[in-house]
Amino acid sequence: MRARLIGNALGLALSALAVTAPRAAEVSDGVVKVGILNDLSGIYSDFTGRGSAVAAQIAIDEMGGKVLGSPVELVAADHQNKPDIAANLAREWFDQGRVDMIADFPTSSTALAVMEIAKQKNRVTMLSAGVAMAAINEKCSALNAQWMVNTYALAAGTAKALLKAGKKSWYFVTADYTFGHSLEKDASAVVEAEGGKVLGVSRHPFPGGDFSSFMLKAQASGAQVIALANAGSDTVNAVKQAAEYGIGRSEKQVIAPLLTYITDVKSLGLAKAQDMYLTEAFYWDYDERSRAFAETYFAKMKRMPSASQAAVYSAVLSYLKAIQAAGTDEAGAVMAKLRTMTIDDAVIRNGRLRADGALVHDLLLLQVKKPAESKRDWDFYNVRAVLKGEDVFPKPSDACPLNAKG
Amino acid sequence: MPDISFQALMAQLTIGLIGGCFYAMLSMGLAIIFGLLNIINFTHGAQFMMAAFLAWIGLTQIGPWLGYPEFQVNFWAALLIAPVLVALFGMAIERTLLRRLYHLDHLYGLLLTFGVALVMEGGFRYAFGVSGQGYEPPELLQGPVDIGFMLLPKYRLFVVAASLVLCLATWYLFERTKLGAYLRAGTENPRLLQAFGINVPVMITLTYGFGVALAGIAGVLAAPIMQVTPLMGGNLLNIVFAVVVIGGLGSILGSMVTGLALGLIEGLTKVIYPEASTVVVFVIMAGALLLRPAGLFGREV
Repeated sequence: MRARLIGNALGLALSALAVTAPRAAEVSDGVVKVGILNDLSGIYSDFTGRGSAVAAQIAIDEMGGKVLGSPVELVAADHQNKPDIAANLAREWFDQGRVDMIADFPTSSTALAVMEIAKQKNRVTMLSAGVAMAAINEKCSALNAQWMVNTYALAAGTAKALLKAGKKSWYFVTADYTFGHSLEKDASAVVEAEGGKVLGVSRHPFPGGDFSSFMLKAQASGAQVIALANAGSDTVNAVKQAAEYGIGRSEKQVIAPLLTYITDVKSLGLAKAQDMYLTEAFYWDYDERSRAFAETYFAKMKRMPSASQAAVYSAVLSYLKAIQAAGTDEAGAVMAKLRTMTIDDAVIRNGRLRADGALVHDLLLLQVKKPAESKRDWDFYNVRAVLKGEDVFPKPSDACPLNAKG
Repeated sequence: MPDISFQALMAQLTIGLIGGCFYAMLSMGLAIIFGLLNIINFTHGAQFMMAAFLAWIGLTQIGPWLGYPEFQVNFWAALLIAPVLVALFGMAIERTLLRRLYHLDHLYGLLLTFGVALVMEGGFRYAFGVSGQGYEPPELLQGPVDIGFMLLPKYRLFVVAASLVLCLATWYLFERTKLGAYLRAGTENPRLLQAFGINVPVMITLTYGFGVALAGIAGVLAAPIMQVTPLMGGNLLNIVFAVVVIGGLGSILGSMVTGLALGLIEGLTKVIYPEASTVVVFVIMAGALLLRPAGLFGREV
């Protein structure tokens, strides 16, 4: 009898253990590990780079460094904008590094490579800097979220606003590679759909050095908008050289860079960049909440966060909250939870994660201030409009099988 | 060919000429260094970039660093000082590193200078980021000037004039003066020249310094046109090497003429088919190598 009692007690204890054991394993291998994979040394390191890891750390600190009682750790590495290097790093992180989620990817080819591996290993990717449409179209994955923006939304945001202001004739200066082409294609589609007209296109080699001949051709076309479908130093040089020739300085003809980060405006200077219209997912000086986050960031980096860096913060924060709410860090369950949440933090407003991985949220239409209007360093933009996510993000595409399931 | 007015064509050719001036200045420095030292100087782009950065630092940074925010080194002073500083830096590299490689194959010099370039680019990237810095042209040269068929920024006109003067002066120095004769003799037969009482190692160091200084001048001239970034030189260097190869490795006149001509051809291509404007240089290079392996102005050996 006694033995049976002890046996029963033991059995009870064991079964209690059996119940708690999976509870302890809710967070696999006892730690939630976030990886930041981006460009730490190359042309995209200013708007992602070390600042992205700093932003991720701010999000982790905000959660108290723990989720479901397990510690949250952060790792970061340089993918050098090469898909093969990104793929190797990701594999190593997933297999040996116990990494549960990887974010950032300023080069879309690296994002697409890692998304594929994450799918096989059942881990999560969050593209806070990757803007390619392929990530939510033909290459879409149920375990991926495009957290900031994509080329269509950027192009549509700026294009719709300018068309509404009566600027109907457009000329494109396009970087001659996939990214530039897709930006140009998306923007021209919007222009034509809204009754505008594309007068011409100049495609320049990448990277281009002297843009004066392209900008002069654009000027000669008489178009009301010279749209720059390029990025980084190409955009900066094009704007700088246009200013030399006095192009884009009148009401009759404006320059609209389709993908610009605050770091580009910083490097151009307001004297050259003034009056340009652009679309960004985040501006640090938008409201109280964005400023509070930005000041925390500034204290650590001595710079204001770019939209990409801010999006890393939002992505990591939302990911950890989703783990908390789902009670597990299993990739599928976390993503399912994320899809039910309304994302509303210092960076992303009115955000809803779609089945195809597109995060639909409000974007900002911004105009660069004149030097006299700017009160301090990084005081660069006037917010001209808040663009509703439904108006600027693309409709779910049939190319993504996840959309077809409906 | 798309319909394009004579005016627009002239404007595009003028812009091509400006690009050609940079090619000419840069390829000339490379040609001198290769012709006299047998070194393929892959640091050239980084030295170009360094001079542009020095000009920018002089204009915007040095005052605050020294505690006198009003103090700045203006464009004209930078045009003299930056190339000298870059040349001194180059000569230090020649004395300490390159010198050890003269008895080896070209390839070692190429690898060394390539490595030095990567280190320099990395250093500037670490210190100043990659987005780049803006540099305003001097007040005297701001604004456009009407040259008949187009409004050309005054500064660009100045670049064309300055670089043509520089190229011709360099050509004269190396091909028509006694000093130039010594330099050329030094490459043909350094021992014999040394026997005549000329300090050949010092001469070689100075020659390298001169070639680097040309890159430095081009760098300062480029600062108001291109965004000053750590990668600005590396991007340009590929084309400049093609120019040197087409012109004939080591030929000073060849690199000058080819540089200007390729600038014009590039400008023309931008009118007709802009997508091909970079590739055209390499197509010409391939053609030149097939027909005249020593380059258009090179001596057959």
